[in-house]
Amino acid sequence: MLSANMVALAYLVASVLIILALKGLASPESSRRGNTFGMVGLFIAVVVTLQLSSVQNYAWIFAAIAVGGLIGAVTAKKVPMTHMPQTVAFMHALVGLAAVFIAVSAFANPVGYGIADATGSLHVASRIELFLGTFIGAITFTASLIAFGKLHGSLSGSPVTFAGQHLINLLLGIVMITAGVMFCIEPSWTPFLIMLAIAMLLGVLLIIPIGGADMPVIVSMLNSYSGWAAAGIGFTLGNNMLIIAGALVGSSGAILSYIMCKAMNRSLFNVLLGGFGGDAPAAAAGGAREDRPFKSGAAEDAAFLLQNARSVVIVPGYGLAVARAQHALKEVVDILLKQGVQVKFAIHPVAGRMPGHMNVLLAEADVPYDIVHEMDEINPEFADTDVVLVIGANDVTNPSAKTDPTSPIYGMPILEVSKAAHVLVIKRSLSVGYAGLDNDLFYMDKTMMIFDDAKKACESLIQVLD
Amino acid sequence: MSDTLMSDAVGHAAQASQVADPFVMSFSVFILAIFIGYHVVWNVTPALHTPLMSVTNAISSIVIVGAIIAGGPLEMNLATVLGLIAVGLASVNIFGGFMVTQRMLAMFKKRS
Repeated sequence: MLSANMVALAYLVASVLIILALKGLASPESSRRGNTFGMVGLFIAVVVTLQLSSVQNYAWIFAAIAVGGLIGAVTAKKVPMTHMPQTVAFMHALVGLAAVFIAVSAFANPVGYGIADATGSLHVASRIELFLGTFIGAITFTASLIAFGKLHGSLSGSPVTFAGQHLINLLLGIVMITAGVMFCIEPSWTPFLIMLAIAMLLGVLLIIPIGGADMPVIVSMLNSYSGWAAAGIGFTLGNNMLIIAGALVGSSGAILSYIMCKAMNRSLFNVLLGGFGGDAPAAAAGGAREDRPFKSGAAEDAAFLLQNARSVVIVPGYGLAVARAQHALKEVVDILLKQGVQVKFAIHPVAGRMPGHMNVLLAEADVPYDIVHEMDEINPEFADTDVVLVIGANDVTNPSAKTDPTSPIYGMPILEVSKAAHVLVIKRSLSVGYAGLDNDLFYMDKTMMIFDDAKKACESLIQVLD
Repeated sequence: MSDTLMSDAVGHAAQASQVADPFVMSFSVFILAIFIGYHVVWNVTPALHTPLMSVTNAISSIVIVGAIIAGGPLEMNLATVLGLIAVGLASVNIFGGFMVTQRMLAMFKKRS
């Protein structure tokens, strides 16, 4: 058995390793070593905890680790990269549920946790920590389950709104906090369970009004919550390692939410209020666009433009992943590179269904990461680009975000593809994007539309180019 | 430093009422860790934001420490059983989170 000081120092080492795991993600080269640091950190944390004198139940603990670990390992090996958003959402739910179980367990056996005073009742500070840890964990759990359902398609992605929604949430919030305060004054099961039940219900109610395409923000936010829940457990146990790890994850998720909101030019409050991305605006915008002229072409025309270009920038959107066209697109890129065309990818921050999703999908298709560029990096280059190929993206290329102050997306940062000499757009129809807006880019003189499924279009391009 | 020495020192300081409440110490650590998180995470390249989320999933499953303590006693009651379930849930995330992160990071290659 290690002394209390040795345990604390070992936890410190684990904390440092966890910080290094995040630091490694500054570049792809250092990231794999960082991930190893993280694994070693968690391993040290678990081993040191297992040798504590209060931990005796080895058979059951190892069984739980083995079963959980096996499920986790198999999932990690099998999950398709397109399913990463819902996988991450599901994992947030697990952290939330684990935090709830630990909090309930701590309340049922406060002496075992060392959070009881001489008479066996809870310290006041511990009551407050348990209250916070439980409700954050419970909201994270149910909210993440709803986010999982929306991302996986088992629930409809369209927002569920009803009259008085926000008022009901507010009232529930007040009841939950009242129950929490009662628990802090006089800890007993009734207020604890009322608080727990309402927190779970609130998790559901807070997420249902939020549309499927706003999920990148929500997944990031729940990422943050799962961190705060872990920190809450850390406060209950008086364990600095849990507090450090929880705070790191909490701030990470908060920063990602901020980045996503900024990329959509919306405030977090506006996203949380929900109701955005319903069907109504799409229908309303339908009338005006019929009579505007546009140019369309076939794969041969597109291939001709691409082959004769000096530089090509490809703008992929989520439609690319839906059509499973990444691998076919990569073949197109290979052929063009072989023919001496300079090819780059331009990624908008909200190109996928979670932060950085499109980068992973391209990496999976063996696209080297050094030709994949972020929005701020590539925007100054469009003016010198011969051909831009937009594939499965829409709103993020709409020039009215820059030029038309009356547009709902005015002010949203976009990829400035309309500055290039020629624009090719592969799209199934002229239908509107998520924001329900017509895209002026499609009607420009320099734009040629190729009406096809992304994968079929790439396959025809390969045939013509070869 | 041995534990007895340490507790002696703490005892003396407490007599002089100069020791902060443990909660205040934890809170200080918490705030400082948020600052570290802020600076480290802004340095993460946007291309790796998805691996960042999956690895933070594994990291927040550090709550397994609390779960092991909860499931630690030999006597099986509500508290122990809930603790053991939490150990299982956190293990799913630790193994799943790190392994899927590793799988993603292995895909990021430079042009050959």
